[in-house]
Amino acid sequence: MTTAVPGPMEAAAVVRRSASDRVLHERRLGLWLSAPAFIVMIAVTAYPLAYAVVMSLYQYRLTDPAGRSFIGLQNYATVLTDPIWWSAVLTTFVITAISVAVELVLGFCFAWVMYRIIRGRSIVRTSILVPYGIITVVSAFVFRYSFQADSGFVNSWFNLGTFNWFGQRWSSLFVITFSEIWKTTPFISLLLLAGLVQVPYDLQEAAQVDGASAWQRLWRVTLPNMKAAIMVAVLFRTLDAWRIFDNPFIMTAGANGTETLSILAYRQNVTLVNLGAGSAVSVLLFLSVLLIAFIFVKGFRTDLSQVRGGQ
Amino acid sequence: MSHSKWHAWSRWGLVMTALVPVALVGCSSAQAGPAQLTWYINPDNGGQKELAEKCTANSNGGYTINIQTLPTDADAQREQLVRRLAANDPSIDLMSLDPPFVAEFANAGYLLPFTNPADVQQLTADVLAGPLKTASWQGNLVAAPFWANTQLLWFRKSVMQNAGMDPTVEGFTWDTAIDAAAAQGKTFAVQGRRYEGYMVLVNALIASAGGQIIKDTEKGNQATPSVAGPAGDRAAEIIRKLAHSPAVAPDLSTATEEEVRSTFQGPTGAFMVNWPYVYGAAKEAVEKGALDQSVVDDIGWARYPRAMAGRPSAPPLGGIDLAIGNFTQHADKALEAAKCITSVESNVQYMVKSGNPAARGAAYDAPEVRAAFPMADLIRTSINDAGPRPITPYYGDVSVSVQRNWHPQVDVQPVTTPTETDVYMGEVLRGERLL
Repeated sequence: MTTAVPGPMEAAAVVRRSASDRVLHERRLGLWLSAPAFIVMIAVTAYPLAYAVVMSLYQYRLTDPAGRSFIGLQNYATVLTDPIWWSAVLTTFVITAISVAVELVLGFCFAWVMYRIIRGRSIVRTSILVPYGIITVVSAFVFRYSFQADSGFVNSWFNLGTFNWFGQRWSSLFVITFSEIWKTTPFISLLLLAGLVQVPYDLQEAAQVDGASAWQRLWRVTLPNMKAAIMVAVLFRTLDAWRIFDNPFIMTAGANGTETLSILAYRQNVTLVNLGAGSAVSVLLFLSVLLIAFIFVKGFRTDLSQVRGGQ
Repeated sequence: MSHSKWHAWSRWGLVMTALVPVALVGCSSAQAGPAQLTWYINPDNGGQKELAEKCTANSNGGYTINIQTLPTDADAQREQLVRRLAANDPSIDLMSLDPPFVAEFANAGYLLPFTNPADVQQLTADVLAGPLKTASWQGNLVAAPFWANTQLLWFRKSVMQNAGMDPTVEGFTWDTAIDAAAAQGKTFAVQGRRYEGYMVLVNALIASAGGQIIKDTEKGNQATPSVAGPAGDRAAEIIRKLAHSPAVAPDLSTATEEEVRSTFQGPTGAFMVNWPYVYGAAKEAVEKGALDQSVVDDIGWARYPRAMAGRPSAPPLGGIDLAIGNFTQHADKALEAAKCITSVESNVQYMVKSGNPAARGAAYDAPEVRAAFPMADLIRTSINDAGPRPITPYYGDVSVSVQRNWHPQVDVQPVTTPTETDVYMGEVLRGERLL
């Protein structure tokens, strides 16, 4: 049984060993190549983040440096017991839930159109994407002026007289959400189009041969095969909408109960330079973003690699 | 061994080389010649730039003033300056500062005080009482009043004729104006958006009723909110009355100065309270063909209405103070420049060019000013009698507390709103509430 000639097992081991050396070497090279980016990320992301956490434990005004004092978790207690925080949570939640839900349905319709259209494909695709190319602040101003009571065209189109859209909470939120939907539906439809393209045509054909109706094919074949792309689109948009700032800031500046979490953080940090409480709000906002991402990635098993079109 | 070490070092070298250019950006070398002063200005129609050029020329090579323009919005101007000054920015030699922010900046050590009595005398001689109050903090002059502003009561002469009423008589009140507008089926437009302009209105009402929003402001965040009381109740009554009157403009809760002006110039306009710029703006609109000359001819003006019949009103106070940054490297030259920019001649030149009223009383006697401003005397009296907004380093907290509690106007209630404002403001100042 024993022989001097190396058996196939040993030969394989040698090959594997040299292969793993190369893999190791390449991995190390990869680390070195990404090191500059990694260092920059630490400098511009991790450091400010850690600094914000530290600052949130202090009572600290930028304009009153001498009055700085360590107060532990007091800022968090202040924020979490303040009705203004919870009102902002509710406002942000309402805007997020409604805009993402509507955008998902509309975005899917647009994706479907972009997918199926034969004639004038590039014109249709481009025109669907135009709102996404407009700067949010600009589109916020456009909506503000359109709905303005004295000079906007919306009231005269719908015979609303001098109805003041930004005078109450719910009509303001309607305009803000509407503008948000108008602006970002193209983004969702683009992500959904990527998912739609990936649904194998064979499956559609097989279902058709088996006599499935168009509706059945949509619900039984297309959508299940797009699940990953849908989840990625919803996750991205939810995180985006949760941090909404521009639209309410331009339209109402947070008046009439339209203050979102980002505006609250901005007001404490930038307007009042109350860096202690402001950092606490920012850290809580960051934690809520992490929580949303966690729920999506773990709870709904969203596979982020789908966004690159990988299987 | 040494080979691989060298490799490791060379890799680090590569990483560091990639980062070095980032670190080098921003270094610059010192310049010779006249001192280069940088003046951070609020945007205007070019009046401050003209003054900068004039003073540069007058200095005979002593200094050159360069202009940096801040954002349009007063809050945004403050935000940008605070961030720079908190980082000890030496590039801010001069700045145009909204008066409510002077105390905060001075308290934080951002402003270079004027200590020499001769300088103080030169910078404050003949300055009207209103703006003078805003330029000091804890007994030191920390800013030079540059121009001042106030609001007037503007009315449409035709509507007043129909109502048989003269708003220019002494003792004209808010109540009379609101009732008159309502009776004529017209509007009384005021600034009601939740922003600083609304704080101006609330402060003017409370001050006109003999009250003040906050006391003991030198105690910083231990100051005493004092909205509750007869004056606060009177202010709340007026706002409530207007908000529930047929004379209310439909966009009251979202109106800024420009929306107010547009309502006033429109078919329903009867009254508005607004800054004097509106007169020049209306004339400009006629030149551009956007407004009929008959509207401008129909515009009348009177002193800010009274909150109480027996008590003269305390009109709002605005304007700009000129301050020297504490981290400047050219303190002497900046002082010279400040004297030039705020001189009476500069006041006259700026008032005519920009339409913004002067801080020094003598400027109102200049013939070119009287030609451009038929209401020059009224503006001077109003600025002199004006009630400034609270002078406190925590001005932002105070202002936003008021704005939050007094908005929307339909929900404002005497007793309740002032009392709630005090409680909330106290908690905010002590760091127990968010804004």
